[in-house]
Amino acid sequence: MLTAEEQKEIEAEFPHYPTREAVCIDAMQIVQRHRGWVSDDALHDIGELLGMSPADLDGVATFYNLIFRKPVGRHVVYLCDSVSCWIMGASRQAQHLAERLGVRLGETTADGRFTVLPIVCLGACDHAPVLMIDNDTHLDVDVEKIDRILEEYK
Amino acid sequence: MATEKPLTQNMRPDRQPLDLPSYERVGGYTALRKALGGMSPAQVTEEVKSSNLRGRGGAGFPTGLKWTFSPTGKDAQRPKYLIANGDEMEPGTFKDRLLLEADPHQLIEGMILAGYATESDVAYVFLRGEYKLAAQRMARAIGEAYASGYLGKNILGSSYSMEMYMHLSAGRYMCGEETGLLNALEGKRANPRAKPPFPPVSGLFGKPTIVNNIETLCNVPHIVNRGAAWFKSLSRTQDAGTKLYGASGKVKRPGLWELPMGTTVREILEEHAGGMQDGVRFRGLLPGGASTDFLTEEHLDVPMDFTAPQKVGSRLGTGTMIVLDDKTCPVGMLWNLEHFFAQESCGWCTPCWSGLGWAERILLALEEGRGEPGDVEKLQFQTWFLAPGNTFCALAPGAAEPLQSGLKYFREDFDRHIREKRCPWR
Repeated sequence: MLTAEEQKEIEAEFPHYPTREAVCIDAMQIVQRHRGWVSDDALHDIGELLGMSPADLDGVATFYNLIFRKPVGRHVVYLCDSVSCWIMGASRQAQHLAERLGVRLGETTADGRFTVLPIVCLGACDHAPVLMIDNDTHLDVDVEKIDRILEEYK
Repeated sequence: MATEKPLTQNMRPDRQPLDLPSYERVGGYTALRKALGGMSPAQVTEEVKSSNLRGRGGAGFPTGLKWTFSPTGKDAQRPKYLIANGDEMEPGTFKDRLLLEADPHQLIEGMILAGYATESDVAYVFLRGEYKLAAQRMARAIGEAYASGYLGKNILGSSYSMEMYMHLSAGRYMCGEETGLLNALEGKRANPRAKPPFPPVSGLFGKPTIVNNIETLCNVPHIVNRGAAWFKSLSRTQDAGTKLYGASGKVKRPGLWELPMGTTVREILEEHAGGMQDGVRFRGLLPGGASTDFLTEEHLDVPMDFTAPQKVGSRLGTGTMIVLDDKTCPVGMLWNLEHFFAQESCGWCTPCWSGLGWAERILLALEEGRGEPGDVEKLQFQTWFLAPGNTFCALAPGAAEPLQSGLKYFREDFDRHIREKRCPWR
C-alpha cells in the first residue's frame, strides 16, 4: 500500500502532465524518497494508481540510473567514474573507500550504513574528484577528506 | 578592454542564487516586459534569428531558425511545449549547473520569452537527477515567478499565458538527446525517436515542441533587451555572443569563464586555466566534452566557435575542455570514455550497443596488457561503423569522435601497449 503521504505527493504531479503514465518516473522517485528503494509491491501499487502494469513500470525503472530496485543502505555514496575525475585520480579514492568500508562498488556495508555506487560525471569537473552522498555534492575529495566526510553520515 | 559578460555578470561570488527582487534590481524581467508590451511573437523570433544565436548544448543549431519550424497560429496543434534541456550529463561539462544554481530567474525569463515567441502553452525545466541544489533553487524561483505574475494566466496582464513545471530526471545520458528527453518526459525509457518528424512539428505527446539548452535560453533576455547587433558584437568571430568555457584535468586553475565566442584554445588554457600543473606537460584536449575529437599542440590557436574547430576535425561541443597530460595514459582515458558511452547506450540500435561494448573491451584489454596486433585496426573499424547515419541518434557518432582522433594522434601509444604487453603508465 502506498502511504497517504506518498499518494498525495504523486497526485500533486498529475496536473503537470496530460497522461498518468508520464507521472511514473516522478512516482517511483517519490516512493524511493520515502522508502529508500522501489520494491515489487511498491511497483504494483504505483501501477494501480497510474493504470500501468508492473512489467511496464519495471521496464522504465531499470532503464534509469537513480531508481533502485534493490534495498540500499541508509546513505548512498555515488563515486564519479567519468573522465575528468578519472584523470584526477578518482580510482585511488574509490579503492580507499572500498577498503575502508569493506565493500565493493554496488554493495552495502554490513551495518546497513552505506551503499557505494559508481555514477557518471556529476557536472563539477573543475573540482574533480567529486562524489555525492545522498543529496550532497562533495568537491575536491582526497583520501583524508573522504574519511572526514563519511563521519557526517551516521 | 573590459568584456561584457551578460550571462554571469550579476551572479554573486558565492553562487548564492539571485532571488526575484535581486534579479529585478539588476534589470531582470525588463526584456519580458518589453516583448509583451510591444513585440509580436514573430518579432521576438526574428530578433533571435538575426542575432545568430546558436544552440549551446553541443549541436549548435541556429536557435531562431529552430523556433520557426514550429507551426503557429490557429491551425497549430495545442498545447505546444517548450522544454529547457538541463540534463547536463556530457562528461567534463559543468556550465549549465552554474546558470541553474546561481541565476534561476534568468533561465525562467528566457523560457517565457522563448515560449512567447513560439506561442507555447506549457514549459518544462528538465533537470538531471543529481542536480538537487539546482532543482531546489529552480523550484523556489518558479514559485516566485508565479506569485509575481510572470507565469500562469495572462502574464503581466497580457493575453499570453504559460504554465511552467520542473521534471527531475531519474538519470541516464540519453535523456539529454532531444527525442530521448521527450520519451523520458512521457514516462518511458529514454530511447531516441526516428526523425522526421522533428520535435518542433511532432514532439512531446505528439505536439509541437521546442527543446533548447539552458545556456541558449539564458541568452534570450539579453538579446531581446539589447538587440541582435549588440549580441553579435560580443563575439570575436562570426558566431555570435559570449560562451561559457571551462577546463578540467591537470591544469593549474580548473574553472569556468564567460568569454567572447571565438576565444582561442590557448587563451582559455593558458590565461584562464593557468596552464598545466607543475610537473606535467600538455598532450591534447577534448574541446567540448567527452564526445568531441581531440585537439593537440598544433591547434592551440584555433578560436573556440562553431566554425573553426570543425575545420581541424573537431567541434565546439559544450565548450568545456578536458585536458590530457603526459602523465595520463591516452589509451586509459579512451577506455574510460568508451566505458561511459557503452554503459549509457540505450540499446535501441545495434551499431551502438554492440560496437561500443566491443570498443570498450578492446581498450580494456590494451590497458591490461592483453592487446594484440590488429586491435588498433578493429578500433578503427568501429569508428567507421559508428559514423553518423548508421545509428538512430548522435550518441555513438559522438563516442567515435574521441576514439578516431585518439587513434590518429596517439597511435604510437596504442602500439606500445601491444608491443610491451602492458600499459606503460601503470
